[in-house]
Amino acid sequence: MDELKEVIKNYVSNEYLEPDSDPIDYETPLISGGIVDSFSMVSLKRFLENKYHIQIPDDKATPEAFDSVNKIAELVKEFVKA
Amino acid sequence: MSNFGNYEDRIKNFSWLISEQELGYQPGQPINIGWYCSDRVCQQGKGDKTALIWEGFGGEKKVYSYNDLRLYSNAFARFLTDSGIKAGDRVCLFMDRIPELYIGFVGILKTGAIAQPLFSAFGEDSLFVRLENAQTTAIFTQKKHVSKVRKIKDKLPHLKHIFIVDYDGKNPLQDREKAFSMEGLGGVEDYDVYPTYAESPSVLHYTSGTTGMPKGVQHVHYSLISQYLTAKWVLDLRDDDIYWCTADPGWVTGTSYGIIAPFALGVTQCVLDSGFSAEAWYRFIEKNKVTVWYSAPTAIRSLMKAGDEIIKKFDLSSLRHLASVGEPLNPEAVNWSIRVFNKPFHDTYWQTETGCILITNFPGMPVKPGSMGRAFPGITATVLNPNNHEPYPQPGRIGLIGIKPGWPSMMRGYWKNEEAYKNKFRNGWYLTGDRARLDGDGYFWFVGRDDDIINTGGHLVSPFEVESALLEHLAVAESAVVSKPDPINMEVVKAFVTLKPGHTPSKDMELDIMNFIRKKLSPLAMPQEIEFVDTLPKTRSGKIMRRILHAKEWGEEAGDTSTLENE
Repeated sequence: MDELKEVIKNYVSNEYLEPDSDPIDYETPLISGGIVDSFSMVSLKRFLENKYHIQIPDDKATPEAFDSVNKIAELVKEFVKA
Repeated sequence: MSNFGNYEDRIKNFSWLISEQELGYQPGQPINIGWYCSDRVCQQGKGDKTALIWEGFGGEKKVYSYNDLRLYSNAFARFLTDSGIKAGDRVCLFMDRIPELYIGFVGILKTGAIAQPLFSAFGEDSLFVRLENAQTTAIFTQKKHVSKVRKIKDKLPHLKHIFIVDYDGKNPLQDREKAFSMEGLGGVEDYDVYPTYAESPSVLHYTSGTTGMPKGVQHVHYSLISQYLTAKWVLDLRDDDIYWCTADPGWVTGTSYGIIAPFALGVTQCVLDSGFSAEAWYRFIEKNKVTVWYSAPTAIRSLMKAGDEIIKKFDLSSLRHLASVGEPLNPEAVNWSIRVFNKPFHDTYWQTETGCILITNFPGMPVKPGSMGRAFPGITATVLNPNNHEPYPQPGRIGLIGIKPGWPSMMRGYWKNEEAYKNKFRNGWYLTGDRARLDGDGYFWFVGRDDDIINTGGHLVSPFEVESALLEHLAVAESAVVSKPDPINMEVVKAFVTLKPGHTPSKDMELDIMNFIRKKLSPLAMPQEIEFVDTLPKTRSGKIMRRILHAKEWGEEAGDTSTLENE
């Protein structure tokens, strides 16, 4: 689980944070905190689907479910298991 | 009773003099939007009234009175004047929705300089073409966004000043950079507002073009006349209202109705600077007792998606009037708002070029769900036959929305692009580029764009701009960009791509290209889907036929394919 969280955290940090931005942790609000907007969420979802060979249905890919590394990891885990 | 009252009476007795007189403006005398938004309100005895309630992520809150707005906008103006900024210079605001964006806008206008707000999610390429075209002299930004400016500043010889509003001293300032702390400097009591006149340029907003790079839409200080009155009559703003406009000032709604009109009316407005979440939005309305809410169909549909149960957790009874802008408001959204808020969202139709609302469902009048509404008094709007640009004599026909030029906030030109400006007029009508039909009651019904521009979440994206950027990706040989339907954003960007030899289509390649565009242009312009193809449909002369790809995405007939290369 921690490895999964690290992968997500690193991806978000590398892809969505500007160089001088404050670093994020597992609980940093990503969507409601304005780090990842609703359009960019599509590319984050695509990354997770490619990386873990899963399909996240659109009704599960909500701003709330993508709002932190912890929440995203929970979501991914749900589909990796299934 | 709404501010607007009876439609027929307003039409019969209308003159823009109503607005001029309420604002105390005499033709031929100076008119400066910055002064009207702050100093005048204070002179009316409302200096202690709250102008802006700002809330950042995590509940951080700041409140500014109209006197604060006056003092801090003076501080901006003084700082700019001392930095050598002159009337007519372009000064860019490249910031999130922080207080400095709103107050800085007012301050820039006070100097006679032209405010050029740009969406802070723009990537370096989008930023560059707009700053280069405008030959922008100065930019205000935040430390989180300055890296994008640093990447392009060497290609921008006209950009003399980069002002960072939240500099914390952790990293050294670079060439042309300077720290500016609005509150750190304190307010400035006296500043001689520059005497701009009706036709003095005020705001430069960029909008996407069909076949070329973005165009700078040039507005003037006289635009205030129609922005003030439309806000009063269409948004129904009153002295005791708490108003929330959810638009970002990087786009025209965020300036015309997120800064200029509410401040000129002396209304209290609030701003939420955080990402979208249904719960956060409802909490914000409850906490601030918002009475008038101006939002967008994409946001409304996102709220619908979040469900009705969440609404029951909040007291939203303060809401008095709801309005929407940016793209057509579907009837389901109107009916939903009637069900859950006990009042409809009122659609408003206008454009960056028009500067103010032109067509709307008025407060106090029956809303026809799904319609754009009727023309504002003083606005002559019609549906034109696309073949001869004459108004259809009878309602019911689909044609081009045409507006008779001459309202106060009509654009005065595209920046350094006279030809594009002239092309917007035919037979004495301004062509909006949108298609609609009129019904027998004078209501307009939106049909679609008349060009290839993509309206995603209320923001216009140029396929040409995305295609140009795609060609910079090392694997892309050719591309064609069209819209595809989307339940939340109405439409989103889709790219058809052929790859160069040696590159293979894959999911990772798709993601790489998506992120490439997101960073270069903006998240809005990022294709939400990329379809790899062997060839693109072209005419025999080699022109890519986007129309055929668009029809495929929307399940429509492709129309005439006789010029198709392989037919």
